[in-house]
Amino acid sequence: MSKYLKGLAVLGAMTLVVTACGSRPTESNQSEGSDKTNSASPQAGAKDFRACMVSDSGGFDDKSFNQTSYKGLLDAKKELGVSSSTAESKSDGDYPKNVGGMVDAKCNVIVTVGFKLGDQTAISASENPTIKFGIVDYDIKATDLKKTNLKEVPTNVKSLLFNTAQSSFLAGYLAAGMSKSGKVGTFGGLPIPTVTIFMDGFWEGVQYFNQQKKKNVQVLGWNETTQKGLFTNDFENKAQGKNTASNLISQGADIVFPVAGPAGLGGLEAAKASGGKVNAIWVDTDGCVSAPEYCNVLLTSVDKGMDVAVQDVITTSFQDKFDNTPYVGTLDNGGTGLAPYHEWDSKIPADLKAEIDQLKKDIIDGKIAIKSKVQPQSQ
Amino acid sequence: MSRPWVRELVVSFAAVILALVVGAVLIIVSDADVAATWGYFFSYPPDALQASWTAVSDAYTSLFLGALGGWKPISETLVQATPLICAGLGVSLAFRAGLFNIGAQGQLIAGALCAGWVGFSFELPVVVHLLLALAAGLFGGAVWGGLVGLLKARTGAHEVILTIMLNYVALYLLQWLLTTDVLQRPGRNDPISPVVEQTAQFPNWPGTRLHLGFLVALLAVAAVWWLLARSTTGFQLRAVGANPEAARTAGMSVGRAYTIAMLAAGALAGLAGAQQVLGTDYPLTDGIAGSVGFDSITVALLGRASPIGTVVAGLVFGALNAGGLQMQLQTQTPLTLTTVLQATIVLFIAAPALVRAVFRIRAEGTGTVLAKGWNA
Repeated sequence: MSKYLKGLAVLGAMTLVVTACGSRPTESNQSEGSDKTNSASPQAGAKDFRACMVSDSGGFDDKSFNQTSYKGLLDAKKELGVSSSTAESKSDGDYPKNVGGMVDAKCNVIVTVGFKLGDQTAISASENPTIKFGIVDYDIKATDLKKTNLKEVPTNVKSLLFNTAQSSFLAGYLAAGMSKSGKVGTFGGLPIPTVTIFMDGFWEGVQYFNQQKKKNVQVLGWNETTQKGLFTNDFENKAQGKNTASNLISQGADIVFPVAGPAGLGGLEAAKASGGKVNAIWVDTDGCVSAPEYCNVLLTSVDKGMDVAVQDVITTSFQDKFDNTPYVGTLDNGGTGLAPYHEWDSKIPADLKAEIDQLKKDIIDGKIAIKSKVQPQSQ
Repeated sequence: MSRPWVRELVVSFAAVILALVVGAVLIIVSDADVAATWGYFFSYPPDALQASWTAVSDAYTSLFLGALGGWKPISETLVQATPLICAGLGVSLAFRAGLFNIGAQGQLIAGALCAGWVGFSFELPVVVHLLLALAAGLFGGAVWGGLVGLLKARTGAHEVILTIMLNYVALYLLQWLLTTDVLQRPGRNDPISPVVEQTAQFPNWPGTRLHLGFLVALLAVAAVWWLLARSTTGFQLRAVGANPEAARTAGMSVGRAYTIAMLAAGALAGLAGAQQVLGTDYPLTDGIAGSVGFDSITVALLGRASPIGTVVAGLVFGALNAGGLQMQLQTQTPLTLTTVLQATIVLFIAAPALVRAVFRIRAEGTGTVLAKGWNA
């Protein structure tokens, strides 16, 4: 035992000698280095402004909505040079402590992530009317006032919602137009509104294509009318995602639309393994940027701009322009949309692209009504 | 150092110290600014030492103060410890009967589900409602655990596999019910249940989150101690745990002991679930159990499967959880560090020879055997 320990110690000392011979930074750049907010152009009073965020029990490393929202905080910090604090939650019981801790840390704006923090955000916002709150994927008006012992919905909370059914509609139309087998597939992580809204939109897009072109492209893995479909019951398990996608592929789907966070990457893997027969559409962020190894099988991605919305609520609070009108990301305001086609730009027929551009306009103008019941209400 | 329990206490304490040292290294490495100062350690050592000392002492000070620095932090520690103690007791009890109960998580979910449902579905008078919800929680957990005992006794199916699988069943059952009218909050699409009625909530100590559930936990400790140390059934459980063949030869029913042990273990985990939903969380979501069910296994191991040991271990973990949240809030040290600390403590406790070697503690006699291997 001690022999090994000695060996380890020698090894450790050697690594220290090798790595620790750098020279000390000079005073001037050291003070800059210890300055934790590396801002390009800090604005006046930025240091005194504190932007904060509380994750739900998924944590900031969930490769999903917590992480994307966290990116919004980092972007705001970089842009404005403001200070920041964060609190990660391990269980639902941590929310009072964590949101309370952010209040104690004298945060000027607190962004909470996910519907699980809804009640706690409403309570803390009512108790602290001078602090601005933002909450991702939750409509503060849905708060049960009686049960939370509140008199009214707090006015210092901005809900950040996303109508991804609109952009998924375009994705569904694109998938139907590109499918050779006449079958496209989708699967979700869990049957919760923030997931099924993508699947609803996708399904409707395909139905619209069929109606317009007198075709019969089938959607495997989801049916909006019955609200039944295929789920991995997990957002982490890539192997499960791959199995689920392979299942769809074996039933004939040649385009898959995984809505399962990191587990969905397994779906892209399955598409890639097909050697060009099967392709995919990614969700949340531009897949060619977040997972470039799969870019060649990605027709496009359905973008959900949580980071942009979070950055925006922090920026407006900082500039004293905060308002509590719910933010609903739509095709119109760019809060959701289709990412560039990247490698597929030349392979997608020009008239299909033109039709999608036209569809986008029609959805914005209200000429095409999307029926999904889980769409957030804008007012 | 003569008595075995003193030796074990010393080893446990030493394990905590070692874990804190490992944690300190992680704090230094994970802080980019501090790590940078080590890059030029040999040209100017004071920087690195100073920065490291500040980072580590700040983090550990807020960890300590967040857990024990006053009545409010202590109350938080007790809140965090409450479900860990109850679920840990369940795991300990099963250990004593020779069963690896990996299913505390599932039993806890089943308990929380039943307690929560009773808590928000009915309008009942104050005391009655709480008692009924609590009983529902015990019942849900007992069914989930008892099923395992019964299957093991009747069919010989291995409890480790059964409990692990039932963990999944419980979680998916909860997730599914949260999307149906049974549990879903009216008017909402999200998988979240209504808030438990005030009449079914554990009363709080004014100004804190500490609730009456903690006293219930202590009662459970006393009950389990009595069961194991003083009752005939407890004697049978321990006899079966020590040597099922001998117990059978002596005329005891091994199957009955397994069923009783798992029923009780499940009820205790169900109690932990009831405490979560009636004491701190109020609405049910799929995160109701957090990692309590799994942490309770380590709590039971750390507590050497004894009721008193489980209380102490539960308090240590509760303190680390409460302090960890405070450490995160004050010094922005990632919450994962607490998890690493807890894991390292258990790792060192599981390897007492390593701890003895580091601290030059002489090994005397053989340690107690916690739980024997597969079907031993």
